[in-house]
Amino acid sequence: MAFWIASSPHNHQQSETSALMRLVIYAAIPGIFAQWYFFGWGNLIHILLAVITAIVAEFTVLSLRNKKITTQLFDGSAILTAVLLGISLPALAPWWITIIGSFFAIVVVKQLYGGLGHNPFNPAMAAYVMLLISFPLQMTQWQPPLSLLAMDIQLTDTLAVIFTGYTPQGYSVEQIRTHIDGFTMATPLDTVKTNITLGLTVVESMQAPTIGKHFGVGWEWINAGFLLGGIFLLFKKAIQWTTPFSFLLSLFICSFIGFIISPDSSTSTMFHWFTGATMLGAFFILTDPVSGATSVKGRLIFGALAGLLVYLIRKFGGYPDAIAFAVLLCNMAAPLIDQYTRPRTYGHKLGVKK
Amino acid sequence: MKINPEYKELAWQGLWKNNPGLVQLLGLCPLLAVTSTVVNALGLGIATLFVLICSNATVSAIRHWVPKEIRIPIFVLIIATFVTCVQLLMNAFTYDLYQSLGIFLPLIVTNCAIIGRAEAYASKKPIKLASFDGLMMGLGFLAVLMVLGAIREILGQGTLFDGANLLLGPWATELKVQIYHLDSQFLLAILPPGAFIAMGFLIAGKNVIDSKIAQAKPKKLEQAIERVRVNFES
Repeated sequence: MAFWIASSPHNHQQSETSALMRLVIYAAIPGIFAQWYFFGWGNLIHILLAVITAIVAEFTVLSLRNKKITTQLFDGSAILTAVLLGISLPALAPWWITIIGSFFAIVVVKQLYGGLGHNPFNPAMAAYVMLLISFPLQMTQWQPPLSLLAMDIQLTDTLAVIFTGYTPQGYSVEQIRTHIDGFTMATPLDTVKTNITLGLTVVESMQAPTIGKHFGVGWEWINAGFLLGGIFLLFKKAIQWTTPFSFLLSLFICSFIGFIISPDSSTSTMFHWFTGATMLGAFFILTDPVSGATSVKGRLIFGALAGLLVYLIRKFGGYPDAIAFAVLLCNMAAPLIDQYTRPRTYGHKLGVKK
Repeated sequence: MKINPEYKELAWQGLWKNNPGLVQLLGLCPLLAVTSTVVNALGLGIATLFVLICSNATVSAIRHWVPKEIRIPIFVLIIATFVTCVQLLMNAFTYDLYQSLGIFLPLIVTNCAIIGRAEAYASKKPIKLASFDGLMMGLGFLAVLMVLGAIREILGQGTLFDGANLLLGPWATELKVQIYHLDSQFLLAILPPGAFIAMGFLIAGKNVIDSKIAQAKPKKLEQAIERVRVNFES
């Protein structure tokens, strides 16, 4: 009897793509739950719509490309993309926004470049940016948290708003968004940005009803939910700690510097961490293994660059939140980052040219 | 009457095989920038067509007297002359379209498709062939512009021939076709990124058709060459 000696590596990771994708989707559940609790059914409906569209689009393209449909369709990547897109859309956006976005993400951003593993951009974020620049009106109608709404919104109301634009009682999205005192409410980031242009200080903006006690009614809990999910992913070793760590650190440092220089026109560091899509971006978007950087050093640079960009666009740009733009810009930079952070292979010396 | 087969070849080259828009990818700047509606595309396409024919004919007419060393500046001057003519004409007769085409009308001077044809074809061939080449290349370019403009207009605004009165006079207002009604414009299709994406799809479509044609053609049997020993000494 002879021993069969295999060459290294001896320890194989047996998990498949679908298992990893499923894990990431599970990890998003706390955040989605917080979204549901504070903002109602809107995002769940959008997630459902996006998933259905994504599966149909993926099926169509795969059959056109003569690929194995069963394995590739259910590897979970399309579903994950759709879930991320559904999370990031405004809760009361019309239904066709999701359909167009999900279709674009799968067909143009993912499959046209060659499918899973070949897309240079994060499909969900590219679709989000496409929607944001194509339909600026619909994409900025953020719904305020349920507790601040003048009217009670149930599942049927949300469904009716998404599919017809009006609730069964005949209220439009604009009316739903209106505070009981008659002004339209926005997201915390939007509120601060608008108030600064109106000449108010940050401290004054913090009195706004959408911001509440801490950093934004609901938003802080959504971010906490995604942070929890992210820590779960780290614990499960589904994602590397490097990108989220350097992203959050970079955002922290940038906002800290801004806050030190002018506390009246800059929001606090924790406000940047716990509003908008910060935690979703840090743990679920930037950690996309396909469109991100590869090496440890590369990921640190990638995350830091994303943090810097998010801060710059939030502070000086025209849009209140910037995760999607920052992610796309960093995706473009990823090949360059990879080229200059190639790790030393064992046995090769540093700085020795061939 | 016998038609020179060169004409047929020229038409095929200009309209399909060597189309300036889809294959040579020349003149992308106006192609992508002004094709937001069919009418804009048509206006620029006709202007380019006119400049292309005239410049090709002129370049061909003076080809024997142009010193080789300074031919490019001379071609550019000729093209610039015709572009100025077109610009003044459009300014006079279709002022609104002139306004909406903006800088891209004078920029026809820098359209590489035109100088490319002048250099590659017109400077070597007689006037008739050269102007026919200009016509076909211009038509090919115009066709791509129109298709791109139609796609972007339908996707972006849901209409076709919106603003045809700018080019054709007030009666053409009725040409406008409302394909479907949009509450909000699909801005991506109207903005330049949409042009890039639509262009990519057009080129892909052309390649698909080409490969289908190539597959459908009966393959020529390769004649097997049997080597015969010619070395008798061994």
